Amino acid sequence: MDYFAQQLINGIVLGSIYGLIAIGYTMVYGIVGMINFAHGDIFMIGGFIALITFLILVSIGLTAVPVILLIVLLVSMAITALYGWTVERIAYRPLRHSFRLAPMLSAIGMSFVLINYSQITQGARVKPVPPIITGGYSLFNSDGFVVRLSNVQIVVVIATIVLLAIFTWLVSRTRLGRDMRACEQDQTMAALLGVDVDRTISMTFLIGAALAAVAGMMYLLYYGLVDFFMGFVAGIKAFTAAVLGGIGSLPGAMLGGLLIGLIETMWSAYFSVEYKDVAAFSILIVVLIFLPTGLLGRPEVEKV
Amino acid sequence: MTTPTPELTQASRASGVAFIFKKALISAFVALVLFSLMIGIRTEAGPTGELIYWTRFDDLATMVAIVFGGSIVVELLRQWWGPIATVAIVPPSVQTAFGVARRAIPPLLLICTVLVPVIFYDQRYVIDTGIQVLTYVMLGWGLNVVVGLAGLLDLGYVAFYAVGAYSYALLSTNFGLTFWICLPLAGILAALWGVLLGFPVLRLRGDYLAIVTLAFGEIIRLVIINWQSLTGGPNGVSGIPRPSFFGIPLTPGDDGLAAKLGIEFSPTQRIVFLFYLILALALLTNWVTIRLRRLPIGRAWEALREDEVACRALGINTTTTKLTAFATGAMFGGFAGAFFATRQGFISPESFTFQESALVLAIVVLGGMGSQLGVALAALTLIGGFELFRGFDQYRMLVFGMAMVLLMIWRPRGLIGHRAPTVFLKHSQAISSELAREGRG
Repeated sequence: MDYFAQQLINGIVLGSIYGLIAIGYTMVYGIVGMINFAHGDIFMIGGFIALITFLILVSIGLTAVPVILLIVLLVSMAITALYGWTVERIAYRPLRHSFRLAPMLSAIGMSFVLINYSQITQGARVKPVPPIITGGYSLFNSDGFVVRLSNVQIVVVIATIVLLAIFTWLVSRTRLGRDMRACEQDQTMAALLGVDVDRTISMTFLIGAALAAVAGMMYLLYYGLVDFFMGFVAGIKAFTAAVLGGIGSLPGAMLGGLLIGLIETMWSAYFSVEYKDVAAFSILIVVLIFLPTGLLGRPEVEKV
Repeated sequence: MTTPTPELTQASRASGVAFIFKKALISAFVALVLFSLMIGIRTEAGPTGELIYWTRFDDLATMVAIVFGGSIVVELLRQWWGPIATVAIVPPSVQTAFGVARRAIPPLLLICTVLVPVIFYDQRYVIDTGIQVLTYVMLGWGLNVVVGLAGLLDLGYVAFYAVGAYSYALLSTNFGLTFWICLPLAGILAALWGVLLGFPVLRLRGDYLAIVTLAFGEIIRLVIINWQSLTGGPNGVSGIPRPSFFGIPLTPGDDGLAAKLGIEFSPTQRIVFLFYLILALALLTNWVTIRLRRLPIGRAWEALREDEVACRALGINTTTTKLTAFATGAMFGGFAGAFFATRQGFISPESFTFQESALVLAIVVLGGMGSQLGVALAALTLIGGFELFRGFDQYRMLVFGMAMVLLMIWRPRGLIGHRAPTVFLKHSQAISSELAREGRG
């Protein structure tokens, strides 16, 4: 039971990270109707930016942890958002009216570019950082097994909840959110009614990348390392989360993220660590076969 | 359209310069922000394990300057090229010229390929590269059945390549079966896996299908890595037997082929044999594909690619159509895998990563999705290009990725071939890629 409780905590933390990435996939799919294959690598770039900012801040003698975290968060969100915007501008916008598979192939190309770019600029080796947020609480203790809730885990979950609240407000209450929802339903009609479709799509990519940057930073805090290839597997898992929750649905992405995080953690805890990725990928296949609209998604009507 | 007056052109040019300059400045600024941390700062784990960093502002400045200059050049090129109207329908004279060239190129290319081992007999490197290119030609032709003909985007093709390679490796090392028995077995096993994958994904289309096939490819690779008792895990399988000339080994011994033919043995003979083997396998793939295209099943594949809903309305069984496409493509992948295993003598999961799938897919896309000649030329270009720039290995995937993006922007229907339905109503008409992109092709 205690072991289960511990895994539950770990799963929720991991799920929060996946959920943040999954929102980027689901938003883009909802509006543009394409799988942003490079999104996982945007997450990786976010991790790197957070790492470098953190290093600089520490080396100039800043010691207040909350200040460091806030600056790292803002810098990595800002720069990574610009990466998301640039990727859309270069690789997706010219293809908006191209044939069906073109954006997907272009996204694969962009993914390779980003992976190789960070490999060349920052080296292929894993970059470890010392734990930034230390300490934690022992929740309860029985039979010598201590269930721990570390401060990092609290920070990750709280940051996720706060960001989700801001994001939900953004989508449901602001002008931008309304434009986004309008573009999702009908781009042509939205354009006729005075919505700047190009700008709205750009903003979608900006926001998605910013959330991925937060996920990257959380990953860095939680695992204490980044490497250039981490975006690939994390990206597929987050995409699985988006599909599981119902692609196009924002609460669904978060729910899917949590579920994938929990399933992965439980699988590692009770079955085998080696096959945890296999489990996640199998879920993707199974969900798409038996539940193609996901848990909270709307059925897609096939049009001629 | 009337031609603009000179004054107007002058004015627009003046504003054009300002516009170009402004655009370049914005690009440079964006580049500065993007690269500031990633290029300006270099991090590395120091000797004591903790992270250290140093600055590279000179590199940063160079990159920003390149982006600034590049932006101006691109914008100038765009203005220079921009207004020229593209020729939508290829004129008949050009069509016939193309037709002649199209008929003449394949035999010429084939003759050149056959002669490669004869001309370059002493240069093992050339023959090795040739084998490499031909392997990818074969993989490209195999994937072409799935992607080019049936229009199903398969991002996990390397899984079937892996199944073929491991089938041969394990059957031969564990049970002592020879290459010529294992080759069909590898193909059949891969085809079975193709059907196995095909069944669940039948209902999916487009992007979803792509992601599921990608997941499938990764699952196969992860299982190979983790099922250590069977596959040897990350260490791979070594000591895979070399192929024999239909039972006669290519060894220096008395029972070797060289001794039987009464010629002196040389290790190159095996390489040359491998070259002709893969050439034969690739040609088999090509021949089968071309024949299949003329059968009802091939027609059904192409119809499926053009419009699945219409296909169903016309009474084509999309289930069997998709499954046969997957199985056929997978079978050729399996053949290629068995060849890869016997050529290398050693295989490990590292050879079957997603990058490999993407490379084969890029060959098919570059070749124009559905054109056999295009795929062959694309494989030659890509693999040959990789060999030429071997020294810049580090930048390989960067250039490859950029090329893929640019290709999709400029020539989404492929550089070389074109996608022509083999059945047409009254007369065949070559349509330029501009129209094909708009969905009229």
